[in-house]
Amino acid sequence: MKSTGPVLTVLIAILALWYAGAVWMNAQWVRDQAERAGQTVTWQQIVPETMNQSRPVLPAPHQVAVELWKAVVVTPPTSKRSLIYHAWVTLSATLLGFAIGTGAGILLAAGIVHNRAMDMSVMPWAIASQTIPILAVAPMIIVVLNSIGITGLVPKAIISAYLSFFPVVVGMVKGFRSPDAMQLDLLKTYSASRMQAFWKLRLPASMPYLFASLKVGAAAALVGTIVGELPTGAVAGLGARLLSGSYYGQTVQIWAALFVAAALAAGLVVVIGMVQRVTLRRMGMLR
Amino acid sequence: MAPVVEARGVGLTFQTADGPVHALKDVNLTIAKGDFVSFIGPSGCGKTTFLRAIAALEAPTEGSLTVNGMTPDAARRARAYGYVFQAAGLYPWRTIAGNVKLPLEIMGFSKAEQNARVEKVLELVELTGFGKKFPWQLSGGMQQRASIARALAFDADILLMDEPFGALDEIVRDRLNEELLKLWNNTGKTIGFVTHSIPEAVYLSTKIVVMSPRPGRITDVIESPLPRERPLEIRDTPAFMAIAHRVREGLRAGHSYDV
Repeated sequence: MKSTGPVLTVLIAILALWYAGAVWMNAQWVRDQAERAGQTVTWQQIVPETMNQSRPVLPAPHQVAVELWKAVVVTPPTSKRSLIYHAWVTLSATLLGFAIGTGAGILLAAGIVHNRAMDMSVMPWAIASQTIPILAVAPMIIVVLNSIGITGLVPKAIISAYLSFFPVVVGMVKGFRSPDAMQLDLLKTYSASRMQAFWKLRLPASMPYLFASLKVGAAAALVGTIVGELPTGAVAGLGARLLSGSYYGQTVQIWAALFVAAALAAGLVVVIGMVQRVTLRRMGMLR
Repeated sequence: MAPVVEARGVGLTFQTADGPVHALKDVNLTIAKGDFVSFIGPSGCGKTTFLRAIAALEAPTEGSLTVNGMTPDAARRARAYGYVFQAAGLYPWRTIAGNVKLPLEIMGFSKAEQNARVEKVLELVELTGFGKKFPWQLSGGMQQRASIARALAFDADILLMDEPFGALDEIVRDRLNEELLKLWNNTGKTIGFVTHSIPEAVYLSTKIVVMSPRPGRITDVIESPLPRERPLEIRDTPAFMAIAHRVREGLRAGHSYDV
C-alpha cells in the first residue's frame, strides 16, 4: 500500500514527541524526590524514572497501552473496571442522542426550507443554542429531568442530541436547497406539489450533505454524552471514568479512557462512511 | 383551427433594484397547431422570457396570452406542454428510465403505463437499451436526448425547448437537429424553440421569430417556404440562404441603434 509509509512516519513522529513530552513533564517529580532525599540526579537517571510513574503528569505511551490492554482485553466486559463496559454505557446514550438529534435536525431543516416564518425564526435560535456552553446546561438538564422522574440513559441522550442536531440542521438546509432554479422550474412544469418536490428532488439531492453532517454530528453526540456524564455524578460511562481518574490523579486511566473515546468516535465516523458509500452507490451517485 | 398560442400585446416588466426592466414589450404572435417556431435574437431580447411565459414560469404584466385557448397556468395543469431546458438536468440518482418516469410518477400514471411510455419515448429519441444506465454514463448529446424523452413522456401536444442544443458541439447538434425534425414529423407536435444559431433556426422552423433587446420585442416573423422534409443538404440551397439572409438582416436592424 502506498499510504503505509507516510502514515507510519506520522505515527512514529507522534510517539517520539509523546515520549519526549513524557520525559520533560515527568522529570520535575523525579527531581523533587531526589531533592527531598538530599541527592542529585543526572539526566541518565531521570529518563528511566519518567517512564513508569504511577501518577505521571503525562503517562508514557506504553503505560497507556498497558492500561488499555488491561481494561479492554483482560478485564471481562461485565466488570465495572472494564472500559468496554463504560464505552458501551456511553455509546448507547450517544446512539440514542444521535438518532434524536439527527431526526430533529432533518425535521427542522425541512421546516426551515418550506416555511418562511421558520426560516426567519429557527436558525438564530439554533445558532444561539450552540453558543451556550454545554457544560453549563448539562447539569440543569439532568436535574430538571431527574425531578420529573427521568433518569439514566435519556438525560444524557438529550444532551448528546442537543449538540448533534446543529450540524444536521445546517447541512440539511444547505442540502435541501441544493437543487438549482432549473431543477425546480422543471418540477413546476409538471405542476408538482411541494411534497413531491421534497421527496423526489430535495431529499435525494441532499444525501451527500446528510452524510457530511452525520459525521460531524456523530462526533458531537459523543462529546455531548461524555459531557453529560461529567458533572452529574454518573457512576458509569467514559465521562465518569474520566472524572474519577481526575479525582484520584489517575492520569493513566484518564488517557486510556480518552483513547477509547477517540476510537469510539472514529468507529462511528467509519460506520457512517460505509453507509454513505453503499447508499450513494445504490443511488448511482458514486462513480 | 384555433391557435395553440395566441399573444396579444404581451408585455413583461421585471421590477429590479435598478428599476424596471422591460423584458417584453407589445409582443403579438400566433402559433398554429403543428408549427415549428424558432425564437432567435441576441441575449436579453426576451426570447427565453417569452417561452417561459407560455409555460407559465413567468407571468406577463400586460396584454393577453393564451395557450390552447386557456391561461398559461390552466394549460400547464392540463399538461399542455413539455419543457426542455438548456441543460439536460437529469437527476444523477435516477437511471435514464427513472428520469423519464419522473413526470409520469408526479402525474400519477400507473406503473405499467409508466413502463410502456418510457419504452416508447426512449425509442422515439433513439435511446432504446439505455434505460438502465445512469446519466453520467451517457454523452452530453445522449443526455439531452433523454431530457427530450422526459418532456415527451406524458404526451403533451406542445414541446417548448430553450436552447436545448446550445451546449453541444456542432456535429452532435446537426444530428440532433435532424432527429428533432423527424420526431416533429412523426408526432405532429407544436414546437417552440429558442436558439442563438441562424442556421439552426432556418433549418428547423416553419416560422422564425426574430427578436431584439431593450425592450425585448419581435422585429420580424418569417414564414419559411422550405418543405417539411429537410435533408441536411438543404442548407446549401439558395432558398435556405435567402431566409438566413433575411434573419440576419432582421437581427442587424434590431441592433442598429445601440451598437
